[in-house]
Amino acid sequence: MIAISSTGNTESALSDPRFGRCEYFALYEPKTETYTFIENKAQSASGGAGIAASQQIIDLGAEVVLTGNLGPNAYNVLKGAGIRAFRTSAVLVSEAVELYKAGRLSPLDEAGDAHAGMRKGFRGGFENK
Amino acid sequence: MKLCILSGKGGTGKTTLAVNLAYTLNCAYYDCDVEEPNGFIFLNPMAVSAEETLVDYPCVDYSLCTLCKDCVTACQFNALAATKKEILLFKELCHGCHACSLACSEGAITFAKRAVGVVEKGRSNGIFAARGVLNIGEPMAVPVIKHLLKQLKSSEDAILDCAPGTSCNAVTTLRHADAALIVTEPTVFGLNDMEIAVELLNHVGLPFAALVNKSRGEDSLITEYCGKNGINLLGVIPFSKEAAIAYSKGKLLLELPEYKLAFEALSKQLKEAFAWN
Repeated sequence: MIAISSTGNTESALSDPRFGRCEYFALYEPKTETYTFIENKAQSASGGAGIAASQQIIDLGAEVVLTGNLGPNAYNVLKGAGIRAFRTSAVLVSEAVELYKAGRLSPLDEAGDAHAGMRKGFRGGFENK
Repeated sequence: MKLCILSGKGGTGKTTLAVNLAYTLNCAYYDCDVEEPNGFIFLNPMAVSAEETLVDYPCVDYSLCTLCKDCVTACQFNALAATKKEILLFKELCHGCHACSLACSEGAITFAKRAVGVVEKGRSNGIFAARGVLNIGEPMAVPVIKHLLKQLKSSEDAILDCAPGTSCNAVTTLRHADAALIVTEPTVFGLNDMEIAVELLNHVGLPFAALVNKSRGEDSLITEYCGKNGINLLGVIPFSKEAAIAYSKGKLLLELPEYKLAFEALSKQLKEAFAWN
């Protein structure tokens, strides 16, 4: 199963470049080619959102994460659980899945900055790299 | 009497006021702004002793742990995560509350200690001076503030130099105070953050008064607000280039005669306002 950080609960929603504080996780099951959507329980955590979001991903049984950026804590939890992460830009959820299936997403093999999604949102909006 | 000096907004002159008041009132000084404790720059205390602030963090005994995740669920600070192999701990997020061990039915969690800061104590020209210093990279200041304020003696008069803002750091300090003095500046930002500080003080129910620092003679923003809300505005500390120069060299404003007079007057007003003797 593939988990995609998402701004909405449909496959035509934009993927969310933030991991820990995205609104929804889109869950894509390759065998049936179907989506389910669940709220990210960590989105309004006062701290440790990346860790809690990662725990949710582990508990859901996802093997792959598609997102814009992983902070050091989230990176370490997912890595410890053997979940692979790939970087998406701000494309639709369905497009992110297609790009992943085509092998066109690069692995997130190092942690990005902590609180990257807060840099412009909390203090001015997310900046795509 | 334990008087807390707070501001809401940073940079209004809490430390400047606090160190000069501590000398004028001849009472103890506690620098509770442990993220950036600057009071000692002005007080230069001698014979400083230091004691580390230690906090608990959980250790998992994997011969007992069943990876049931009850500890992860219990943690309100997301400091724990569970994979199929192990429990991961993020020490900086742990508040040392022990909820994880209470939740663990296997008794698999014990605690170890780590240092997050240091409390320093010394004497400066006859007054007791203490401060907390949070270690670089540590996000949580409250354990250091609590450790610092454990040193407070019930009989002593003390100035508590508070952290800016109205977060846990300020609240923790206020819990040890009998009264508070808000130091503000005559700017829109100063007023905005003062209003938040007033809300906090009303919430915790502490008596308080206010003071305008760095005045250039146009203080109507603050005086009107205080008048409307029945806040005791004790007075005004004027801005001057001489004061700024003295401050930049780490000197006390008391070295300037007109400021010495102002602080003596302020001390008197404080004692009257809070029935302090």
